[in-house]
Amino acid sequence: MLWVDDYRPKSLGDLHYHVRLSQRLKSLAASGDFPHMLFYGPSGAGKKTRISATLNELFGSGVEKLKIDQRVFLTPSRKKLDVNVVQSNYHIELTPSEVGNYDRVVIQEILKEIAQTQQVDVSARHRFKGDLPTFRPPRVMSNLSLTVVVINEADTLSRDAQAALRRTMEKYMTNLRIILCANSTSRLIAPIKSRCLLIRVAAPSHEEMLTVLNHVAKRAGAGSLPEDVADGIITDANGNMRKAILVFEAMKMQSPDLSNSPPIAKPDWETYCSKVADMIIQEQTPQRVMEVRAKLYELLSHCIPATIILKTVADRVVQKVDESLKADIMHWAAIYENRMRLGNKKIYHLEAWVVRVMSLYKQSFLGIEFADLDDLV
Amino acid sequence: MTADFFQARGASKKKPEKEKVPISNPSLQPWVEKYRPESIDDVSSQEHIISVLQKTLSSTNLPHMLFYGPPGTGKTSTILALARQLFGPDNFRTRVLELNASDERGISIVREKIKNFARQTPRAETVASDGKKYPCPPYKIIILDEADSMTQDAQAALRRIMENYARITRFCLVCNYVTRIIEPLASRCSKFRFKPLDNSSARQRLEHIAAVEQIPVDHSVISALISTSSGDLRRAITYLQSAARLSSATNPPTPILPEDVQEIAGIVPDSIVRNFARTLGIDVPADGSGDEDIEMGDATNTITALRGFDLIRGTVRSLVREGYSASQILIQLHDIIVENPTLTGRQKSACALVMAEADKALCDGADEELWILEVALRVHKAITSNIV
Repeated sequence: MLWVDDYRPKSLGDLHYHVRLSQRLKSLAASGDFPHMLFYGPSGAGKKTRISATLNELFGSGVEKLKIDQRVFLTPSRKKLDVNVVQSNYHIELTPSEVGNYDRVVIQEILKEIAQTQQVDVSARHRFKGDLPTFRPPRVMSNLSLTVVVINEADTLSRDAQAALRRTMEKYMTNLRIILCANSTSRLIAPIKSRCLLIRVAAPSHEEMLTVLNHVAKRAGAGSLPEDVADGIITDANGNMRKAILVFEAMKMQSPDLSNSPPIAKPDWETYCSKVADMIIQEQTPQRVMEVRAKLYELLSHCIPATIILKTVADRVVQKVDESLKADIMHWAAIYENRMRLGNKKIYHLEAWVVRVMSLYKQSFLGIEFADLDDLV
Repeated sequence: MTADFFQARGASKKKPEKEKVPISNPSLQPWVEKYRPESIDDVSSQEHIISVLQKTLSSTNLPHMLFYGPPGTGKTSTILALARQLFGPDNFRTRVLELNASDERGISIVREKIKNFARQTPRAETVASDGKKYPCPPYKIIILDEADSMTQDAQAALRRIMENYARITRFCLVCNYVTRIIEPLASRCSKFRFKPLDNSSARQRLEHIAAVEQIPVDHSVISALISTSSGDLRRAITYLQSAARLSSATNPPTPILPEDVQEIAGIVPDSIVRNFARTLGIDVPADGSGDEDIEMGDATNTITALRGFDLIRGTVRSLVREGYSASQILIQLHDIIVENPTLTGRQKSACALVMAEADKALCDGADEELWILEVALRVHKAITSNIV
């Protein structure tokens, strides 16, 4: 198993950072009930870990017995949707955004079904308590029948699906709790936000990441982690704990002693992106645009999200250009990123941005203004 | 394991009374539901609407109604309370059909479910078990909650149904945006606009709930609740309950602080936003520490502009890493800029333009980091360039 999964903290007490938050979740779990919750924060900050730890605190180790189901839903127009659902006796986890526009159907069906199957659950819990005393008994929850629904990637839910959640969240409050997990709250409609307890999971700080890495190193028996290596990993991960641990493991595989501080293994696409950035800066000609285009296609065909390509390339370009150009380059990156979401063909917008940057660069280099390009805007 | 499972299930089937066991402990009920007004007199604020509805209650005649207004102002509560007062708890079930966006509400439902319910002759009045006398007029009520999320077609299908069965069925549409209701439907209803709650009635209600729940709350906490919820009483009550749960769960129970309320509401702490604004060159009324920065910015404008980019980008990065939501940052930054006395009208309008664009982009799902950076850079530009 990967280190990331292997050394994932199981209970709230094991979590290394955000102590105050863990304390809060613990006290919520101890009180036996909790409101609907919305965990949000950048990826790799530990949202999922906190959710599963909270569930663990609530229901005991029973939540770790997971089974994966493939469920079939039928849309009103008789189209079949397959959704993978992970569930235990106490909770069910799903990613409705997998099915795109039909996520509303999934949400409505699943939540209704759960709200209606409560009695079975009660008996299941009684049985659980009576027959298997060796397990940690679900402490406070025993008199209360709750099913927890964890909805991943809640910020990619369609408006319809979010609207469908609204009233359901109130109506089935007696036996259903929803935990939403999202990267940001911007895309969630206000009624959902007002029904949830918002829990912000910030990315860990430098020191916190260092503690975790050292802890992982110790658990994995990897010996001590040299400070400069750790620094490199942490800077590279930029607050993404998962990435940091993955990189660490990869490095460990490459050179088991870590003493000669091996270079941080960057993913191929990142080096590729910086190559693209260099090409943009070296030469600004139509031929070069064609070359860049080929490279961008290559990246896209390897399933690198266009947003990430744009951000990485822009980051790299901005490092190399004159201060006065930086703001403009980021401005156009923001504009084209937005258009990319609305539009259909990602490559158009990536190219448009490349051309725009080239023209900006050349203008400042030659000290002349191509008025006509700005007129196009 | 499976054998056990079926046994347990069989057992529960044999004893059907087990299903009746109230699974919800009243103390765990959401307060929003628990403190829904029982009668329309209890509805906070909205005096005008209440007085109109009182009259209809005494004459027991009801028009089709369209309730609209921002969330958390008591639209659903009002119609539920009204229906309860009209029919009493026993007739309520047979006389009221409540449909909301979580139910399937396509055109087929309008044609079947709603139409079937609408054409039923109202059942005979059952005697109220609690001994009270209810007017129980001879019609049914169909409540279409969140009607603005109904499709145009479904709304169009409602038109004729509303007229045909007007004798025995009244419709009540509840929505946030009246513009999303098609004109023919809106013109068939008498419209009621619910205005955002004013602070005093929100305060009164929150204090009442706090008193009944026996939570010690400070004056400042209530103020924080009201300011964070901006007229949305449901939000304020939910926050209050969350805060109360958090504080009572700790050992020993700690009193609720205004900061807790802010954290629960997902508000970015003021100091962070002020710092951010200061990085952008906005002269924020400082708490003391940031004063020198600004003076330097004014004097050596070009230098700050030169090293500005990396500084701003660093700040934006750290904001994103902290996980604050972009829209929330925008809202708070906007407040700071608009209320700032030192900026000129021109600068403020430039900032407002950027923010409007960014809000649109964020709604479309654009990348948060890029757009916060975009806003930051352009605000910075607007502010520094006009000072010269």
